[in-house]
Amino acid sequence: MHFTKDHEWVRLDGDVATVGITKHAADQLGDVVFVETPEAGRAVSQKDGFAVVESVKAASDVYAPVSGEVIEGNAALASAPETVNADPEGEGWFARIKVSDASQLDGLMDRAAYDQFLTTL
Amino acid sequence: MTSTMNTVGRPTAPAPSAPDHDYKHPTLTGGRGLLQDEPLIFEGDGWLKTGVDLAEPTSDGGDLGDLVRRDPIGLPGLSEPEAMRHYVRLSQKNHAIDLALYPLGSCTMKHNPRLNEKMARLPGFSDIHPLQPVSTVQGALELMDTLAHWLKTLTGMPAVAMSPKAGAHGELCGLMAIRAAHEASGEHEKRRKVLVPTSAHGTNPATAAFVGYTVVEVAQTDDGRVDVADLASKLGDDVAAIMVTNPNTCGLFERDIIEIARLTHEAGAYFYCDGANFNAIVGRVRPGDLGVDAMHINLHKTFSTPHGGGGPGAGPVVLSEALAPFAPAPWVVNDGDGFKLVERAEDEAVQAFGRMCAFNGQMGMFVRALSYMMSHGSDGLRQVAEDAVLNANYIKARLSDVMSAAFPDGPCMHEALFDDEWLKGTEITTLDFAKAMIDEGFHPMTMYFPLVVHGAMLIEPTETESKAELDRFINALRLLAGAAKAGEVERFKGAPFHAPLRRLDETRAARSPKLRWTAPEGHNMAAE
Repeated sequence: MHFTKDHEWVRLDGDVATVGITKHAADQLGDVVFVETPEAGRAVSQKDGFAVVESVKAASDVYAPVSGEVIEGNAALASAPETVNADPEGEGWFARIKVSDASQLDGLMDRAAYDQFLTTL
Repeated sequence: MTSTMNTVGRPTAPAPSAPDHDYKHPTLTGGRGLLQDEPLIFEGDGWLKTGVDLAEPTSDGGDLGDLVRRDPIGLPGLSEPEAMRHYVRLSQKNHAIDLALYPLGSCTMKHNPRLNEKMARLPGFSDIHPLQPVSTVQGALELMDTLAHWLKTLTGMPAVAMSPKAGAHGELCGLMAIRAAHEASGEHEKRRKVLVPTSAHGTNPATAAFVGYTVVEVAQTDDGRVDVADLASKLGDDVAAIMVTNPNTCGLFERDIIEIARLTHEAGAYFYCDGANFNAIVGRVRPGDLGVDAMHINLHKTFSTPHGGGGPGAGPVVLSEALAPFAPAPWVVNDGDGFKLVERAEDEAVQAFGRMCAFNGQMGMFVRALSYMMSHGSDGLRQVAEDAVLNANYIKARLSDVMSAAFPDGPCMHEALFDDEWLKGTEITTLDFAKAMIDEGFHPMTMYFPLVVHGAMLIEPTETESKAELDRFINALRLLAGAAKAGEVERFKGAPFHAPLRRLDETRAARSPKLRWTAPEGHNMAAE
């Protein structure tokens, strides 16, 4: 699993990346009330806003941790946005992306580096 | 006779044995302290009644054919006293600037002088129709022209579009003028980005996106200002405009504003200024002198007039020389033969991009704003800004030892911004603290905005409040801060205890909003 400074996570399986927001991000947002996930077929570039998450406190863009083509957005989040709080790094995933350049992951943090990064905030 | 009078009378002091009134015990009826629990207007028993006597119809409806109503209309019927009581009771459950200080940051909740209301109700302003012949509304047009003159003078800008209906509508107007200017110079196709700082009002990026631009965020420095180096690196010939609020939403003056404008113009882009915080600088700073190309002015903030209760707004947009030709119709001119409304320019140099609304703007707000301006005078308006800034700094100075100022170095402008650093380790959140303020009789400040400050508490007292009122507010916050640090968690987690309604489930309301009332089973809706 890899992490970005914008608090997204990405898990690569073959050339398909599952992406979402970290537990830290979900905790900071508070109760999530709305999620907009991307449609299948959409091309996304690394660091582009590709989803939106809204809580009682704030609305935020979620940035693509890797470039590629969206295979599917997590449609279940539309009717159950609370999943993002309950299981942010599991069932609360945002999208699956067919990765165009797996080497982009090298520029991201691993779990230890991300945990270290959190202590600096 | 005096010998037989009951000289004891009724007791005028509570019995020594009376227990303290305890709000934790609900009353038997749901009413509280002379305030009755008020149902929705649809939940009353007024379905079979009507507040007015209508004559029996003389026709049997035969002319209506299939259009004759067969089902009950489904509207409640109330007598006049019932209708009055319903709305007055609802108003008593709400807060208003006429009740107390209303410290919502970014909202400029200032007192609305009653003189404004008297002026707005003059029949020559309140009983007119936009389609009346202009010869019969010369006074109203002159008022619009005079107000436009004041707005141009106060901002140092050559033109103003009067018709936008509120702040965000003004932003839309400004960005549409900017887009029209880029279209006219043939650069629209390549200039597709709008730069917005991270501390911006949410409406800024929303407006840019609505006009079809891609929003690019500009970083903020540690002292809460626009990061000029980051801005410079993102400016280029693909940028249409930047949108900057000054003073910004952290309550700080963008001290590099001249440089920001210079860099923006050098890149061929336009400088949109969000004028929501104009109250802090009105009469002191002219945005035109800073290099601003377009700025909306919330008449309903800076120049009093109702706001925050869903009342109407008005957001005229001042424009620079470069954008003036693209201002939307209509505008008022005086050709020496009286005032006229120009709907379509004869001069070809004028390339109005269209219009913002069907008619001419928010007349009632125009009257109130001009009344406010003329009763204060230019020196009075300058003092408005000075007092607003002084009041905010007084609050910041008096609370900084018990709460943590987000930007402790140097003075603030019209808003004092605190973060939740001082609540760390107390289990109490900004939201809990705000709810406890309600129990103490004070409306909370703006919370969790701006987003760049953790657990933000943004306090804008405005110039309305006296030192005595500010001291009452400060005293309440100091007492609460003391209670928080003393570990009185229950006082905060359970708050509000004394409000008409206790803590509401905002999450459930947002996740599954109930947007319409539906009649319960068996509800009689047979009113005619």
